[in-house]
Order: sequence, then C-alpha cells, then structure tokens
Amino acid sequence: MTDRAANPPSIRSVVEERLERRYRAETRFRSYGFGAVLLSFLILILLLGSIISQGLPAFTAHELTLEVELEQSLIDPMGDGSETSLRQGSFSRVLQNAMREQFPEVRDRRDLRALFQLYTPLNAPRLMDEVIADPGLIGQRHRFRFPISDEMDLYLKGMLIEERALPGAGLLDIAISGNTAGLSADYAAFSGLVEDIRAVLGEEADGLEASAQGLELQAEIEGGEAAIINRDRAANLRQRVEGLRARMAAEDGIIRLDDSLPSLIVEAGGGAIHLTELSTDGRRASGDIVVALAQLDGDERPGLADWSIQVLMTPADRRRASDEQIIWTRALADRGLVTQGFNGYLFSNADSREPELAGVKGAFLGSVLTMLVTMLLSVPIGVATAIYLEEFARKNTFTDLIEVNINNLAAVPSIIFGLLGLAVFINVFGMPRSSPLLAGVVLSLMTLPTMIIATRAALKAVPPSIRQAALGVGASKTQTVFHHVLPLAAPGILTGSIIGLARALGETAPLLMIGMVAFIADEPSLSPEGFTEPATTMSVQIYLWYDAAERAFESRTAAAIMILLVMMIGFNALAIYLRRKFDRKW
Amino acid sequence: MEHEALNAQGDTKIKVRDVNVFYGDVQALVDVSIDIPDRSVTAFIGPSGCGKSTFLRCLNRMNDTIEGARVDGSLKLDGEEINDPRLDPVVLRARVGMVFQKPNPFPKSIFDNVAYGPRIHGLAQTTEELEAIVEDSLLKAGLWDEVADRLDHPGTSLSGGQQQRLVIARAIAVNPEVILMDEPCSALDPIATARIEELIDELRENYTIIIVTHSMQQAARVSQKTAFFHLGELVEFGPTEAIFTNPQDQRTQDYVMGRFG
Repeated sequence: MTDRAANPPSIRSVVEERLERRYRAETRFRSYGFGAVLLSFLILILLLGSIISQGLPAFTAHELTLEVELEQSLIDPMGDGSETSLRQGSFSRVLQNAMREQFPEVRDRRDLRALFQLYTPLNAPRLMDEVIADPGLIGQRHRFRFPISDEMDLYLKGMLIEERALPGAGLLDIAISGNTAGLSADYAAFSGLVEDIRAVLGEEADGLEASAQGLELQAEIEGGEAAIINRDRAANLRQRVEGLRARMAAEDGIIRLDDSLPSLIVEAGGGAIHLTELSTDGRRASGDIVVALAQLDGDERPGLADWSIQVLMTPADRRRASDEQIIWTRALADRGLVTQGFNGYLFSNADSREPELAGVKGAFLGSVLTMLVTMLLSVPIGVATAIYLEEFARKNTFTDLIEVNINNLAAVPSIIFGLLGLAVFINVFGMPRSSPLLAGVVLSLMTLPTMIIATRAALKAVPPSIRQAALGVGASKTQTVFHHVLPLAAPGILTGSIIGLARALGETAPLLMIGMVAFIADEPSLSPEGFTEPATTMSVQIYLWYDAAERAFESRTAAAIMILLVMMIGFNALAIYLRRKFDRKW
Repeated sequence: MEHEALNAQGDTKIKVRDVNVFYGDVQALVDVSIDIPDRSVTAFIGPSGCGKSTFLRCLNRMNDTIEGARVDGSLKLDGEEINDPRLDPVVLRARVGMVFQKPNPFPKSIFDNVAYGPRIHGLAQTTEELEAIVEDSLLKAGLWDEVADRLDHPGTSLSGGQQQRLVIARAIAVNPEVILMDEPCSALDPIATARIEELIDELRENYTIIIVTHSMQQAARVSQKTAFFHLGELVEFGPTEAIFTNPQDQRTQDYVMGRFG
C-alpha cells in the first residue's frame, strides 16, 4: 500500500489492467443482442413457415367437371324458360342425375346419399345461375364445373388419410356373382396384406391384453368393490383379446375385414372392389363391387394383369369419408373428370358452411368498410386532439389529467372497448349490431389513444427553432402550426396513423363483443347501406374458421391469415413509402 | 465615430421602464430601464444567465410562448406599449424581427424562406412584387449574388453563414423597424462572423438593431451603445467606447477585463 501511494501506477497501466474486462463485457453484450435478434428471426421463420405450409394447400382446389343433362321438365317447370320458372327448377336433381350417370351400379338409397355427398348441394344454385344467365342451355347437355367436397379435396391432396398403393403382381382372376366378386391370383399376391392385417390385429390384441393385466393387478392391490368392477372389465378385455387372436389365427383360412382395420381396395379393369375377406394363403380374396368392372359382361374374366391394390391405412371408423366415397372419387379422377386448379372461390366468395365454397371476399370487404369508418373517425379526431393538446392547450391540472387518461386508455385491453360498444353504442344508441359502422366506431375508440400519442410524439420531434422562426417573422400560432409544424410532423403522423389502423385491422376481441361472430354468407354491399348491414372482418373470419369443425377449414384459416398478413404488410409498406415521400430535412 | 454621436442624440426607439420578468417563481430580470436609440446598433453583454436574452425576448413578446413567464413594467415601442395584451403579437413581430442563435431556415426553398413573411402579411399583391421583395431582401442581406441562380434550392442546403444571412433576409423581408439578434454569430466561423458583422453595420442605416453577444470584441466592433447585464440587473448602459474603456461600475470593469464571466 505504501509502495502504491508512494509510487502511483501510471494511467496507462491502470487502463490496460481493466481493458480486457471492458472488451469482454462489450463482446458479451453484443452477442446477447445478436442472439436476441437471431432468436426472434428464427421464431419468425418458424411462424411464417408453419402458416405458409399449412395455408398453401388452400390456394388450390379440386374441381369436378361433369356433363349435366339440363332436362326442361326438371329445371323449367313452367316451360317458358323465364327466370321465375327456372328458380323453381330442380337443379339438384340435375346434378344427382349426372352423378348417377357416372355410377349406374349404385342403387341403394344409402349409397346414393353417400354418392351425392361428393359435392355440396349449394352447387345447384350455382348451376341455376349459369342457366339463368344463358337460357339457351335448357334442354342441352352442359359441362358444369364445380368444387368437389372438402373431404375429397383433402383426400386428393393426400391430407385426409394415410394410404399406400401396391401394384398388383401376376394375373388376377375375378369371379362375379351379383354385387360381390371373388378374386384369385396365380400366386400369393395378397400374402403381404395378410401379414399387415395380422400385425394390426396382433398389436391391438397386445394393447388390450396389457390393459387387462393392468386392471387385474389393480384389482389385486385394491380389493373390495372396486376390484370386482376392475376384474369384470379385465375379463371383458380378455374376451376381446381372444376374439382378435382368433381372427388372427383364422382357423378356417379366412381373415374377415371390417371398419376397424385398414381398408383394402382392388382396382382392376376400370372397376373397384372393396375387399371383405382375405384367405390366409394369400391367393384368394373376396369383396363388394363398388365400381363396376367395365369389360366384364359375363361372370368370369380370367388372367387380368393390370390391377393394383390401394391400402387405406386409416380405418374407416376413424374417418368421416366412407370407403365408397374414396373409391368413387378415385374413379372420377381416373376418368379425368377431376382437375386441380387455383382455388378462385377463396377470393370470389363470401363465407360458407361448405369449406370448398368458402372465401374471404366478404370478410375482406367488411374489413375495408370497417377500416374506412375507423380511418375517417380516428385520424381527424386523433390528429386534431394531438395538435390542440401539444400546440395550443395550456398546461394545467386539467390537461395533465387528460394526458394521463389518454396514456392509460392506450393500455386498456381491447375487449373493454368491445364491451363499451355493446353497452353504449348498441344498447343506448341502438346502432346496428355486427355492422362495419359499429365496428369502425369501436375500433376508432381503441385506436384514438395510440394515434394521439404517436401524433404528439411527431409534433414534439419538430425542433422548436422552426416554431420560433415562424413566430419571429410574425406568423400567428395557427399559421406556425399549419405552415411549418404539421408538414414536418406529417411523416410521423402518417406512420402513427397507419400503424394504429393496422392494429385495428387485426383486432378481434372487441368485434366479438359487438356480435361480429355471426355467420354471414353475403358479402357487404359497397354502398352506404353496407355500413349498417351485418358483416364480418378478416380477423373475425380467421377466428370463425379456426373454430370450424371441418378439417378443410384448417388450411383455409392459415390461408386467411396469409391474406391478412399481406394486407398488413401492404399497410406498413404504405407507411414507409409515405414517410419517405414526405420526409424533409431540417 | 461621428455616427455614434449622432445616434446618441437620435430619437429613442424603445423606451423601457422598470421591467421585471419572472419564470414561475424565479425572477430573471430586476427593474430594467433602458432607452434604445433608433437606427443604431445596441449590444447586450453579460455572463450566461444574466437575463440579456430574456430581455431581448421581451421586446417582441417571444416570452409569451414560454409557459409560466410573466413580464411586468413598461416597454414602449414608439410610445406604444409592447406588453399591452390588446396589442396583437403578430403585428408586433412584424415590426420587430428576430434572428436566432442557430440559423433556422424553414425546410423550404430559399425563395419561400424569404417570401414567407411577405406572404402571410400580404405585402405583395403580385408575383412580381413578391419576387422584387425577395431580391431586395437578399441583396440587403448580401446573399443575392450567391443564391440568385438557385432560389429553388432548399434553404437548409446553404452553409451556416449563408443560412444566417438567409434568416436575416427573411427577417428584413417584412420590412421591420427593429431587428433583434440573439447571439447571431455564435455558431459561425470567423469568416462568416465577419461577414455578418459587416452586414449588421450596413443594416443600421435603416433598422434599429439590438444584438446579444458573448463576444466583447464583437460588441465593440458593431455596436454604438452597450448594455451590461448581471444577475438579471442592467448594471450599466452607455456608449460602447465608454463601457469598454471607462466603465463606471466595478462589475462592468471586472467583466470587460475578463475577470469573470
């Protein structure tokens, strides 16, 4: 210590001593920052990747193109080809007839109903509109394009079930008796399938057996009444295990298939056979004919070489689409009647109960109308308020109070504004529920504080020297503000406004409160009435589709999110462009 | 130095009696009384925070824009009370122009900078008249030759010294009677400063100029009369030569000798 005091270290050595530590701290801090950026970037990529990969399938759709016979007796009951007459016509029968033409072998009522479920009945009015637009079609055969059902669309995109295609090996003999067909191959062509089915049965049996053992063990430990129940259940399971094992063993040499097992479909000679039985030797099988074999008029057709087996891994009892529907769809695709193309319905239609016909146009227009109201209300009011508070108002307790309240309002959860809209605008003022007008007013209230704060910040950023310069040459306060301060603050005000509007565009919660969750199948009209009619917005549409039961809405939800994101990016690009355009140096 | 004698006997342009300025509870000026002569340069000197800028801002009521500022006492411009609430500050500021410490041209073209004042006051009926005013003002400010061919360029593209002269041109474009200058050269290099000082000397032919400065040499060079402020008080006021060579007050002497400040 005395040494040090007597001989103080030079500034250089003192600095150098700590230099390394200082640099280390700096490097550490920079790497934290870089890490944070990297992390958020990765999360963004992940998010976008997941949305895009989920949403992209929704941009394409499979459509059926069928020749429909526009019989006058069906579609034109009055026989004059007038619109009133056509509106009473039975276009759904026309569509049904076209389907029956494709599959004349389907006669059973239940099968027919399943067949007609390959498309939504909402296509009938669409066909009607086509005929009304061109009455010359009456009595003609007309090629009508319409979307296939959402389930089948998913199936064709490979998203509905897991399946495997096996090429048929060797020659196949088919013996037909009525609706059933017996198949025999010249060698053990089905033995692979037999193994697979046995494996599935075995696995299920093992699983059940393990559960049974667990229950028995529990019963032993617990004793008493619970034990009796558990033993009962275990015995039940054991019985089922035995059943499964018996089916596996197949002492009579035949494994019977049912809905709990993968479905096997043999496609041969233009027809399709849904297998119900397999022989354990793998040479023979039998099943129901779902699609008639074209070339087989007689009873037997020996030595068919061109055949294949389609294995639908997901059992029929675990999906909504029946085996028959899948077989028919495959047949239609095989006949070249199914085309995959751009899903125009997504953009040209409003919401629909049927995913294949549902689109975002209604929601998009609803959003446009809502944003129009929001913009017209919140931008002038917000900017005027900010200018008054920043440039003209005296600083006193009252304006301080206003300022505190504005800052607090900006932090109020948006759903509160929805409640306000419900309680005040609907219940007191009687504004129309779920209308763009009401939504716009509620969203304006929500956006206003943000907009006022952004505008005030932009006004504050204008250097006081400009104000002094203007006042110095004798400009009045108002002239100073409008000639000099506002033009300089404009880029900031625009950015603030657009970001506020973009936030309002994505807002959902307050809109739920004012009844915008209602299902609305009509797109709002772009007229003054459109503002007061019920409508929905993009954000609410996403919410509704997310909640929908149909699986096809899953990808449509992601697609709608993508569209909303594009709208947002457009908004922000506009903000950047306007900021660049109006930015001036001082 | 004939001018000085002349001006000393000249009319009083601004007559100030017992002015007190408060910023909230803080008193910034104490009982200031001064007579500012017409068509001459009066310099205000004093250490930082002495109230000279505050006093300058009283003369065109720029203190109005400061929250909590209060001005008591009598300030008369040609016998008219400046502090009268009935007097519109817009009219006053058209008569009393101001040039600030930092050049503050508007982010507009050179032409628009100078034309702004005449436009808002309606001094020109036609475009030709407006152009004439702009040219005349730029000539008076000694900037015309440098910018005549680029009047549409932004005022902010000029150099610091040019900007300050542009601001002076902007001030004289409305043809004021008094020009207040708040340390107009403190942000400029010596050459630009010399240019401005020359300009001030030329301008006093037509305008009453009041300049706040921290440079005693500058005060000595450009002004005919000098006022020394200290701690909110006007300590001494008299002909510039007298202040610098023969100050009456000890504090003035200490300051001009460079003993504090």
